[in-house]
Amino acid sequence: MKPERLEPVPFRGGGFAPRMSRAGGAVALLGLIALWQAATSILHVSPLFMPSPLAIAAALYQLVVHGDLLSQVGVSVLRILAGWSLGVVAGLALGLGMGLFSFARSAGFSIVSALFPIPKIALLPLMILWFGIGEGSKVATIALGVFFPTAISAASGVDSVPRNLIRMAQSFGLPFGDIVRKVVLPGALPSILAGFRISSSIALLLVVSAEMIGAEKGIGAFVLQAGNLMQTDQLLAGVVVLSLIGLVVARAIGALEARLIDWR
Amino acid sequence: MAEIALDGVSHRFGALDVLVDVSFSVGAGEIAAIVGPSGCGKSTLLSIAGGLLQPSAGSVRAGGFPAASLNPLTFVFQDFALLPWRDVAGNVALALEHRALSPHETKTIVADVLARTGLSDFAAALPKQLSGGMRQRVGLARALAVRPAVLLMDEPLSALDSQTRDLLMDDLSRLLEDGDMSVLYVTHNLDEAVRLADRAIVFSRRPGRIRAISQAPVPRAKRRDPAHAETLARWRADLWDMIRGEAAEAERETVAERAP
Ligand SMILES: Nc1ncnc2c1ncn2[C@@H]1O[C@H](COP(=O)(O)OP(=O)(O)OP(=O)(O)O)[C@@H](O)[C@H]1O
Ligand SMILES: [Mg+2]
Repeated sequence: MKPERLEPVPFRGGGFAPRMSRAGGAVALLGLIALWQAATSILHVSPLFMPSPLAIAAALYQLVVHGDLLSQVGVSVLRILAGWSLGVVAGLALGLGMGLFSFARSAGFSIVSALFPIPKIALLPLMILWFGIGEGSKVATIALGVFFPTAISAASGVDSVPRNLIRMAQSFGLPFGDIVRKVVLPGALPSILAGFRISSSIALLLVVSAEMIGAEKGIGAFVLQAGNLMQTDQLLAGVVVLSLIGLVVARAIGALEARLIDWR
Repeated sequence: MAEIALDGVSHRFGALDVLVDVSFSVGAGEIAAIVGPSGCGKSTLLSIAGGLLQPSAGSVRAGGFPAASLNPLTFVFQDFALLPWRDVAGNVALALEHRALSPHETKTIVADVLARTGLSDFAAALPKQLSGGMRQRVGLARALAVRPAVLLMDEPLSALDSQTRDLLMDDLSRLLEDGDMSVLYVTHNLDEAVRLADRAIVFSRRPGRIRAISQAPVPRAKRRDPAHAETLARWRADLWDMIRGEAAEAERETVAERAP
């Protein structure tokens, strides 16, 4: 039977495909800052309560040019670098061991699951008892905070290496060390780098916390002191610097990922 | 002359009997197709044959390998098993790097096998840039690079679409022609068995036992000769007769296992 009339088939496959635009993102961000600027001047918000973006920028400029903000940042960055490196090296060693050897796996998983939930900043007083109020305790706290997520990401990275790739390497007679170096490590790399993202933000969090609790120098101490002196513009200038550090680190890890795991 | 012999091989995974008392041997230059319903233990058998899995009982022995063979027992995998972070040449080189070869020798071997598998133009490509057929060519090139005495192939073509499979079957039969490799070729595709094998070893459903060993009625060199088409079609039908009942039975068992 022939139908009377053919209707056009309506399109119903649209949507569910959001796209990112750099320009759009920049506009939104600048818009937010402009809104903030406008709000502070129109509503006459006390700069003590909430300074305008321009005031913060001015404070930042003053602090960088005439103050010692950069050296404060330098102190914090050194602490992060030291603690993060120590934690990453130890965490990678444990995590890879957990992925490769039965003993390390059983021991590692029980130890990690017992200690991972501890908020590491709670151990700062203990670290101060052990390593003194100086650099040692802060570096140790950061290292501890970084150690566990690194171990977990390395172990799960090794676990995620397809079993058949390892069997393939065995079937071609590759020795153990070669299999680890050429198959397991590259296969675990995406997970390890994802772990770096987490551990670097933990390191930033911990350095600020530790410096707020007991330090003369460092960006955390600076922010706390600005708050105590009700220098809100300087306080927020410090926060801006912190977010810039976070941004730079995230970018660096992104670049590392683009270089090292472009095969995905 | 290379030979591989399985003697009374049985295997169980926990409570699951997978292989029962499997014995056969494959001589030099011979291609044996292992056919059987899915889940009957073909992959398990191949892993055992290549020393990747220890059988619950029985033994595998092999010998008579040419001195030039770098890796006498060599696998070609169904899912290709390529390192996604290495390019084509690097994936082939992986099989050679730990051998006592000079960098120049390695390079020469890699270039040679890439040429033989039609991959010369793709030496620098990453696996993700290749089609399935090309990826399995890399798997083949890697296997040929180590000059295997016994080639263990686990459904090498079943991840490919049927056109690619036909193309690769031609290449495979050409590559297996020269040299006196013994080949254990696992497949559930009877066309591949009929095209490539000297013998078909037919398995029952799980637990897999040898149901029959069937000699090819036409020598390998004459498989494409239309004069033999009918004979080969009959062989295929015979093989299918042996498998059909088992396959249907295995299918029903799978359904029963999955039912709540
Ligand atoms: N590592 C394992 N642990 C437990 N059971 C397994 C394991 N490997 C395979 N099996 C089971 O053993 C049986 C045989 O598996 P195998 O892969 O050897 O069969 P196959 O004939 O190759 O099947 P297919 O045609 O699907 O490739 C299956 O039922 C499978 O579920
Ligand atoms: Mg299989």
